[in-house]
Amino acid sequence: MKLEKDKKIDIEEILKDLDKYVPRRRGWHWREDVGKHKIGDFEYYQVSKPLKNSIPLPAAKHFGNIDPQPDCVITTEIASGRFEDDIRRMRMAAWHGADHIMVIRTLGQSHFDGLIEGTPEGVGGVPISRKQIRATRKALDLIEDEVGRPINFHSYVSGIAGPEVAVMFAEEGVNGAHQDPQYNVLYRNINMVRSFVDAAVAKKIMADANILQIDGAHNANATAKYGWKVMPELLVQHAINTLYSRKVGMKPENIALSTVPPNAPPTPSIRLDLPYAVALRQLFKDYKMRAQMNTKYIEHDMREATVTHVLNLLISRLTSADIQSTITPDEGRNVPWHYNNINAINTAKQALIGMDGLKEMVKLNFDGELGKKVRELKMRAILFMEEILEVGGYFKAVEEGFFVDSGYYPERNGDGIVRTINGGIGAGTVYKRDKDYIAPVCSHFGYNNLPEGLNKPCDLIDGCTLCKHEKIHYIDELDENDNVENRLKETVEYRKGDKIKPEVEWAGDGIISMNLFLPVNERTAEYAAIKYAEKLGLTDVVVLGKLPMHPAEGTYVEVRGRVQFSIDKNELEIPPEEEILSDEEIEEDIKRKPMKVVAATVGNDEHSVGLREILDIKHGGIEKYGIKFTYLGTSCPVEKLVDAAIEENADAILVSTIITHDDVHIKNMKKIHDLCVEKGIRDKVILVGGGTQITNDLAKSVGFDAGFGRGTKGNQVASFLVKKRREKENEENN
Amino acid sequence: MRREDDFETRSKHLKHMTDEELDAYFWKLAEKIVDPLIELAYYHTSPSIERSVLLRMGFSSIEAKEIVNRIEERGLLPKGAGNIVLKVAERVKKDYLTAGKSIANGEYLEVLDDIAREASKNEA
Repeated sequence: MKLEKDKKIDIEEILKDLDKYVPRRRGWHWREDVGKHKIGDFEYYQVSKPLKNSIPLPAAKHFGNIDPQPDCVITTEIASGRFEDDIRRMRMAAWHGADHIMVIRTLGQSHFDGLIEGTPEGVGGVPISRKQIRATRKALDLIEDEVGRPINFHSYVSGIAGPEVAVMFAEEGVNGAHQDPQYNVLYRNINMVRSFVDAAVAKKIMADANILQIDGAHNANATAKYGWKVMPELLVQHAINTLYSRKVGMKPENIALSTVPPNAPPTPSIRLDLPYAVALRQLFKDYKMRAQMNTKYIEHDMREATVTHVLNLLISRLTSADIQSTITPDEGRNVPWHYNNINAINTAKQALIGMDGLKEMVKLNFDGELGKKVRELKMRAILFMEEILEVGGYFKAVEEGFFVDSGYYPERNGDGIVRTINGGIGAGTVYKRDKDYIAPVCSHFGYNNLPEGLNKPCDLIDGCTLCKHEKIHYIDELDENDNVENRLKETVEYRKGDKIKPEVEWAGDGIISMNLFLPVNERTAEYAAIKYAEKLGLTDVVVLGKLPMHPAEGTYVEVRGRVQFSIDKNELEIPPEEEILSDEEIEEDIKRKPMKVVAATVGNDEHSVGLREILDIKHGGIEKYGIKFTYLGTSCPVEKLVDAAIEENADAILVSTIITHDDVHIKNMKKIHDLCVEKGIRDKVILVGGGTQITNDLAKSVGFDAGFGRGTKGNQVASFLVKKRREKENEENN
Repeated sequence: MRREDDFETRSKHLKHMTDEELDAYFWKLAEKIVDPLIELAYYHTSPSIERSVLLRMGFSSIEAKEIVNRIEERGLLPKGAGNIVLKVAERVKKDYLTAGKSIANGEYLEVLDDIAREASKNEA
């Protein structure tokens, strides 16, 4: 199976023969460093091997469509609850430069004592099951071939079934995973003894499978009341998980610290976050940094989220990041939507590439406040650990509420998370191994009374699943109703048929959003917006966000709802696309033979912005290709325009007309055409009309050569002029 | 517990340290916290760990759950679930996968009981 650029990925095909699918690659993949490197006209310092297929940033069209890929791995988090829809989003993400796909688990899976099987629908994430993982890995194998870069697949080895999940991940070629027993203890209320005992085995399995580990420390700043005060504790949490992993046998290069700049404007965030970022990188210099964007302060405003994330990226570039995680800017208001994953990836790519090589020119100043703060943070973390030991160790410290206290340690605010050693889920389920304890398998951690003389522990059973993939027991489905096959049947017309329906999470979900400015106060605007959406026929209407422009003058509102109809592809009348010549080709043609045009806004029309954009070099207009123009201004009489064309010996007349009252725009164009015929220049001169209400068909119907509507760019007009002139030359030659 | 920020007094003993000494001390303390946790993990096991062993032996997650439940009920988990499955297989003269599946289906419980009885006798 191979993906074709112009074809959708076939999910049904992916699901075929899954019981036999063997992942072709294991372990984590870092991007390939290419050193200082020239891409297009520019030299880059912090880029990696380019992609075979990708979609560059929007501005790339001005720079030869280059798509430089930053040096660090870029993460996107996907999990709508239906992995079959997520797979399509993963493909889109990969095309924009994500090579670390993190799948969020369904609500409550942490407390599921065992593995989930089959493909039930999830809530806020996907139930992580073998079938789902295998299908996704199989799809990612195809996608990585398509884009030309290995893609890391990632989920969570946390909860009460950590070791089992770790085994399944190792077997199925999952490349990265969150693993941090402290996360279970603090945020999932799993018994702390169980959590640490399980974690050692889970980590050993991950270590042997070369699975990259990400810790969970960043959750403290997301959870604590005053997130910016937990920085000393974050260093401690990182240290505990890192060292615990090392002692189990994990290699330092497979240990990544999850670090999030804890602040966001309106705080002076960089000045607060930078010392923490530096202290972390100094203390943990042997380990990898997974820099994540801040989620804590994201609410409804996607613009605000994006600015915060760009500031986070500045921290990444001023310090370092091996993995740059992205958070979708809509995370605060809904389960992330397809295009917001892409927006977040592009925010990272754009900012990282924009700040390429920043440290060649900008240096951190350790002499002043920064150096002092870095030292102070380290000392505060040290004091934190001294006190953990004073009270009797980690478990005692948790019992005394040391963690996620919102005081700036040693300040204590008394609001830390308290867990007891005998409390939590799974309490009392840890057993001391007997002297004759045996685990006849590979990648096992701890005491194991194996007989002497074995080459591998699994010799006792003639190979374990980690050595013999064929020994894995694959379960397809357990629930005959709640499964992927049933869901796919319901959406087949949108995926494979002729029906088109908007979607943001799942095929055929019909969700769209609208932006409205309503000239009323916030509360009135909210209800007015809902009314508008309902009157437009949307159902399940929800206000996503609102931003007052002024307490009385008006409010900006974003609303979402579901459309109740689909469109048939066959009903659409799609005009053939006009082929636009490349900039180089247009320039060549103008060099070959200069071109001159006269242009004006005609009649009593004072709207000149559109025409200036088509003409001026500053706006990317036709001037940049070397086309000369004479601009006669606004409200130009048509006679004057045609006379100027004769006088200047112009190749073309460009007319802009916006006002449509009494069809004056049509009448004026017709008049120009008639005048040109009357004065005997119609064969010589190309007539082009433009304006918000002009279409090509309309312009042609009144005798013009072409018409251009709203959003037209200079290159379209220049391309048309060049092509039309060649056409005329050909006619003359024949 | 609530406490004012007493960083200045509390950190007096750290002020004279160089940056390198501070970093080294940070890791020394971390090690002191982590070592007992590792020691604990080294000598203990849990139902999830034992199920993960059975998975690696080629049992399905459903079988692994059943087998571990039956072994845990009889107090045999400290011997390792995989170990017990091998012991049952040996006694009933079946390959271990067949024996384990049978345990999951509620067979050979008397064999498990025998093993448990012998184990407690040995301990006594």
